[in-house]
Amino acid sequence: MTTALLTLSGVHTHIGAYHILHGVDLVVPRGEVTLLLGRNGAGKSTTLRTIMGLWRASRGSLTFDGRDITALTTPEIAECNIAYVPENMGIFADLTVRENMLLAARGAASEKQMDQERLQWIFGLFPPVQKFWNHPAGKLSGGQKQMLAVARAIVEPRTLLIVDEPSKGLAPSIINNMIDAFAQLKKTGVTILLVEQNFSFAQKLGDTVAVMDHGVVVHSGSMQALSQDAGLQKSLLGLAI
Amino acid sequence: MLTRLLSNDLPRSRPLAILLLVLLLGLAFAPFLFPGVKALNVAAKVLIFIVLVASFDLLLGYTGIVSFAHTMFFGIGAYGIAIASTRMGPTWAALGVGLGSALVLSFLLALVIGLFSLRVRAIFFAMITLAVASAFLTLASQLSEFTGGEDGLTFKVPEILQPSYDFMDEPFLGVMLDGRLATYYLLFVLALVLLLTLLRIVNSPFGRVLQAIRENEFRAEAIGYRVVVYRTISSILSALFACMAGAMLALWLRYNGPDTSLSFEIMIDVLLIVVIGGMGTMYGAAIGATLFMIAQSYLQDLLRLGSEATVALPWLSALLSPQRWLLWLGVLFVLSVYYFPTGVVGKLRVRSARRQAERGG
Amino acid sequence: MKNMDFDWKPVALVPLLALLVFPLIGSGSTWLTLTVAGLAMGLIIFVIASGLTLVFGLMDVLNFGHGLFIALGAFVATTVLGSMSDWTQSDELWRNMVAVLPAMLVAMLVAGAVGLAFERFIVKPVYGQHLKQILITMGGMIIGEELIKVVWGPQQIALPLPEAMRGVILIGDAAIEKYRIIAVIVGLLVFGALVWTLNKTKIGLLIRAGVQDREMVESLGYRIRRLFIGVFVMGSALAGLGGVMWGLYQQSVTPQMGAQVNVLIFIVIIIGGLGSTAGALIGALLVGLMANYTGYLAPKVALFSNIALMAGILLWRPQGVYPVANR
Repeated sequence: MTTALLTLSGVHTHIGAYHILHGVDLVVPRGEVTLLLGRNGAGKSTTLRTIMGLWRASRGSLTFDGRDITALTTPEIAECNIAYVPENMGIFADLTVRENMLLAARGAASEKQMDQERLQWIFGLFPPVQKFWNHPAGKLSGGQKQMLAVARAIVEPRTLLIVDEPSKGLAPSIINNMIDAFAQLKKTGVTILLVEQNFSFAQKLGDTVAVMDHGVVVHSGSMQALSQDAGLQKSLLGLAI
Repeated sequence: MLTRLLSNDLPRSRPLAILLLVLLLGLAFAPFLFPGVKALNVAAKVLIFIVLVASFDLLLGYTGIVSFAHTMFFGIGAYGIAIASTRMGPTWAALGVGLGSALVLSFLLALVIGLFSLRVRAIFFAMITLAVASAFLTLASQLSEFTGGEDGLTFKVPEILQPSYDFMDEPFLGVMLDGRLATYYLLFVLALVLLLTLLRIVNSPFGRVLQAIRENEFRAEAIGYRVVVYRTISSILSALFACMAGAMLALWLRYNGPDTSLSFEIMIDVLLIVVIGGMGTMYGAAIGATLFMIAQSYLQDLLRLGSEATVALPWLSALLSPQRWLLWLGVLFVLSVYYFPTGVVGKLRVRSARRQAERGG
Repeated sequence: MKNMDFDWKPVALVPLLALLVFPLIGSGSTWLTLTVAGLAMGLIIFVIASGLTLVFGLMDVLNFGHGLFIALGAFVATTVLGSMSDWTQSDELWRNMVAVLPAMLVAMLVAGAVGLAFERFIVKPVYGQHLKQILITMGGMIIGEELIKVVWGPQQIALPLPEAMRGVILIGDAAIEKYRIIAVIVGLLVFGALVWTLNKTKIGLLIRAGVQDREMVESLGYRIRRLFIGVFVMGSALAGLGGVMWGLYQQSVTPQMGAQVNVLIFIVIIIGGLGSTAGALIGALLVGLMANYTGYLAPKVALFSNIALMAGILLWRPQGVYPVANR
């Protein structure tokens, strides 16, 4: 029985006058890959941002590893060993790839202090990161930037990895690269929470799935069950796979 | 009828309405109620600053633009009257030419500045207006043949406005009916008309669009209002009214120099008044200007007393020196921005609204 | 500074201006004197402006009261140097430095400390509200200026150059003031230190990243507020140092000098692009050169020439010569 690493209970989020999340209940089991699915505007990205403290929950609570993180600031939440890759990837375009990676390595004051073995492993997962090490990150292609964004998130061991739409705008070959990387990551024991629009990508990765609509979670369960139920897929996601 | 006069922009608060009425009557009968040269000077300054600050409120409170070039237009109006009267002699024609050319110059400058805001962001705009205003101050001091340089220009006004001109040989209700009085009432009428005009402007469809732009520029543009056009018109109007206030100042003082109308201190005073009085209310300018002028004139005396009383503690005495008036102004200013963002008028209105809600419900 | 296609056009503006003016001035030696003076003034202005532009780039805070730290530094220097007259009156340079260096250090410390208080009480409550920031930081500067008058008196105080720093060096026909060369050296040292910190240290990395995307830096686990306080204090300290240098350049200090230099600083960071250190340097050099060239050629239009320069640059690049990416 896997334990819950991250739990959201009745979380509401307001952005100015707009009420986006209307009581989200979400459980992210430890050591698994959880997929957060739903149509555009369902509130998936808002949920991730609320978890990261970029937006404060107006009601409800968030618990991580037994600790109440509802009122924590973003840096404090990141210090709980949660890594976040936003939808726009958050790459610092004027910094080099190397500098982007160094920045994410909180424990290293310089490149030499970074875990070289881990870096080699990351280079193996995402070759372009090594190839463009001294180039400005802004010069990378969309797919390469996405790889850098994920590489940055795992430059040091993290407990929870939150990624917003990792496959958006990626070529199929790179998507397979990504799936491979996440699978390897999962083997190291990292818990992963992904927001995805691409259901076939989601299918190949996910253990648990939660579907959102209009600011609440309308369905949660195993990915396997959802994969086998075409009718449910259609009603939840408007898909016919 | 009163409602129409005030363009439907009522005080919306009994205490505020009473204050405004008291202010109106006080200013209308000032020469008779408060005898003495100093009191009349204060009253005249109140009138001038009401117009100056109200025009600034149009720009800041209603359109949401911070511009430090406001005193430049004030100065242009004052110099217009001063230069024309100096060169053309004390005639009404001189006043007309002076005011007219000042208004034209203000219009053109405001147009250029307004259009320039097309290319730059709000923060840039504020800094640029600061630079332009500084440059103008330097210019005024340097073009001494034209502007009298640092010493400024002293000039005469048309005969019936001169203090030496008497309408009646005997005093009326204890006050000499002389040119000074005439000038005062000219200013009074001008201030009243200009303020009511500003009220009309901000309560017109144009004014409503300004407020919409201030609240959400993006949405206003999306609905179809050309934001730059509205902002430029607003900055032109604001400049024209400030120019008029400058003309009023020159008329009263019969003198103008760089420090009387272009100094940074005046800009600070305007900012302080508009913040304390209440931004975006117009009435705030009236209340604020009155409070400010009274305080400025009489508080310095209070500071002097305090300074002399604390002579034993030299550091305290230095802090309370009447020349350090600006220090306490600054403190008041900072506190107002924090704690009275809606100003006196805003607070009074909120209190009245709350009382009404409790009563009506 | 690191990549292949570095944008050289703005950098070229500086020598371009110097060259364009040469035929107008005529004499080579005069041109050299003016150019060195312009570079010296420009570098002093850069020292002051660098902190302000980083503060804005990092935290979107515009400190209209930055001039206060300039004045503060200058006045502190008058006190320190005034009490070390046997060192300043000696005509041995090293003895002068023994007086000037502590003056600079104390000025930086005091300005930095006041900066800390300024940030905490004036700036922090109005994060994100530009209008209030403008008003409040102005109010803060007024309060500060008046307090300077309380401590040092309201009148101008002389700040004479120490003996060994006076006078000129002759290069051919050109008379170049010694102090201006010292100012250039100090300015370049500060620039070098800034560039090194920004590019070779992790803190510098954080600042450069924070200027681009504050949220992401926080998401990576860094408390950007502490970073901001640090940059603000450093900016204030640098302004204090700039104040000392400016005071020595003018050989006098007045309580209004902060407000006066403020305008120049704003022109500089507008030209340079809010948030860009390199831009601030270019802007400062251009402004310094322009002020000196027009001061010689057409003194009455000196301040206007800087505004014309600013307007010209904005018509070419509305966000300044080196706009900072995401805003």
